[in-house]
Amino acid sequence: MGSLSRIFAIFMKELIQMRRDKMTFAFMFAIPIMQLIIFGFAINSNPKHLPTAIVAEEQSPIVRTLINAMTHSQYFDLKYSELDHQQAQLLLAQGKVAFVLYIPKGFTQNLIKGERPEILIVADATDPAASSGAISFLNTIFNRALREEFKGSLAYLQSRPSPYSLIVHPKYNPEGITQYNIVPGLLGVIITMTMVMITSMAMTRETEQGTMENLLAMPARPFEVMIGKITPYIGVGAVQTFVILIAANLLFNVPFEGSVSFLGLCVAIFIFANLCLGFTFSTIAHSQMQAMQLTFFFFLPSLLLSGFMFPFRGMPQWAQTIGEVLPLTHFLRIIRGIMLKGSQLQDVQSDLIALGIFILVVGTAAIFRYKQTLD
Amino acid sequence: MSDKIAMSHEAAKSEANEMNQQYVIDVKGLVKRFSKKVAVNGVDLQLKKGEVWGFLGPNGSGKTTVIRMICGLLHADEGSGTCLGLDIQKQATTIRRQTGYMTQKFSFWNDLTIRENLEFVARLYQIKNKRKVINDTLIKLGLFDRQKQLAGALSGGWKQRLALAAVTMHKPKILLLDEPTAGVDPQARRDFWDEIHRLSMDGMTVLVSTHYMDEAQRCDQIAYLAYGELIIKGSVKEIIAQSDLYTIKGTGEGVRALMHELKTFEFVEQASYFGSALHVSGHNIDLLKQGIQQAQTKLGIKTIDWQEVPPSLEDVFIALTQRTGGDKRGFV
Repeated sequence: MGSLSRIFAIFMKELIQMRRDKMTFAFMFAIPIMQLIIFGFAINSNPKHLPTAIVAEEQSPIVRTLINAMTHSQYFDLKYSELDHQQAQLLLAQGKVAFVLYIPKGFTQNLIKGERPEILIVADATDPAASSGAISFLNTIFNRALREEFKGSLAYLQSRPSPYSLIVHPKYNPEGITQYNIVPGLLGVIITMTMVMITSMAMTRETEQGTMENLLAMPARPFEVMIGKITPYIGVGAVQTFVILIAANLLFNVPFEGSVSFLGLCVAIFIFANLCLGFTFSTIAHSQMQAMQLTFFFFLPSLLLSGFMFPFRGMPQWAQTIGEVLPLTHFLRIIRGIMLKGSQLQDVQSDLIALGIFILVVGTAAIFRYKQTLD
Repeated sequence: MSDKIAMSHEAAKSEANEMNQQYVIDVKGLVKRFSKKVAVNGVDLQLKKGEVWGFLGPNGSGKTTVIRMICGLLHADEGSGTCLGLDIQKQATTIRRQTGYMTQKFSFWNDLTIRENLEFVARLYQIKNKRKVINDTLIKLGLFDRQKQLAGALSGGWKQRLALAAVTMHKPKILLLDEPTAGVDPQARRDFWDEIHRLSMDGMTVLVSTHYMDEAQRCDQIAYLAYGELIIKGSVKEIIAQSDLYTIKGTGEGVRALMHELKTFEFVEQASYFGSALHVSGHNIDLLKQGIQQAQTKLGIKTIDWQEVPPSLEDVFIALTQRTGGDKRGFV
């Protein structure tokens, strides 16, 4: 009986402390709602409306029928047409399109002759899961469209198994190996988690242990404190990067197409962005516990909405907009680009600019939030 | 003629400068509110160079808040003032470079060694000859052999000595100490005060908040704060004289039994038993004497020897506290 009343005493004390900690209270609602929305509405493992470019070397009613059928299927969004081969390759390399469809000269004629002409579709296979759904439907889409077309004098083509042959070329990751996509992404995920967490805790620890008052009483300006606090952790991030890249090469044989030093620069920028965010969190959180909660609150959408776990293009527009705000989204494009496609500065500059804006906004917020007084 | 006017004008100007320079800390009408609660309500303080001021008052009277406003850690809602001729509201950063502030709670880094803590401080203040200054400080502290110990492993007294050394290493002109000796043994407290007097001899101006009366006696000047207001300031002698308090000391068998009886009288400011004697204080000596007679008769005690003594500082402060209200901080 005595034990029960002591348990009750501790239970009540815990309950009271929990109620006082508003952050815990907020997270009780925020985390499940966030999860529900992300998993329920945003995530779609069979993405549609994938941007597509078409290189058609001839125009004919049949070609137009095929292209129309593609767009109507909702799997493909025709973003660019009337391109030449090189322009299309560039779009693919920059990640502006997921597919390029080639229709060769003489296609219609060969089709009518029953010679089964080839159609080539080149897919960006850096994320194999994202493109496989659409590709598997492409044959069905084309066949259904052609069946409508093959009437009257062309009815004889109907009896054949397939009047054309579809050639799929999964570029950048021809074997469709998932690890090629996951392992570089993992580097971004690990950096996001550790960098944000460590910095947000490092600052709140000063507050919690009472050393903050001392630090404030001494002559150090906010930006000096911030830079001084953040810099050591860049080293931590560098070690992590090193370990993951070595493992990627030795354990998973992930190819490395681009420049290592350019990747190093991009990783440094990405680490800095995350450290700025961690520092901002540390000015909001009152305890290390709250800093942890904030980190988690940020980490969850980073994991789910950045395109790491689920195809970015499969998400509805609003979720993609949120995703664009997250540094991980841009970093994934950069690192996958550099490692798998051999991307250079011009291919990833828009993502680098996005990271730069993130650093500017969050860094300014951090400096403004960092108080020089105890008020 | 015109030369003479110019001369006297010049003289007046330098005199005004002198007046300004006279006070190292000169603040007026400091007010601080936390949400709507007034923590400090119009405090004036003027400290001359080399003086040691004791800052007294019950818990929650606003001592820490005043100290924090002086060194720029809190922004005063009202009032103005200067430290070393610099505006406390606008030039807090510059003031900080010339101020040493020792917080109430030990606020150096427990997970750094003694030496590393001093090195950190030395770097922040850009102290020249860093190695030598740190070595000298360690030797003076008697911590040279233990310099590689973590600061967190030190006992309370040593932590306090380390903190004092760290906040004075950059030779500040102002030293603000917030209850530096709380929880420290008598020997360490005495050493600590010897050090403070030595520093003040070098021209450092010191403001120390404390609850200990013996420490208050060691100060040149005392300021007493209650409920956010400055009640009284001056030297120990002046404060005792200003208090208008009379104290009668009773010794003898059974004197303790009278304490509760005497406390019931309105004119008895306080009655307390220490050093095997009962000290009864009040503002009216005749009423006090009558009260004592009355109480003795009521309890039938006759063996007490009574004599009037000068009130102690503690008597004065407890009387002040009772008159002005004690800890009214509520909760923060």
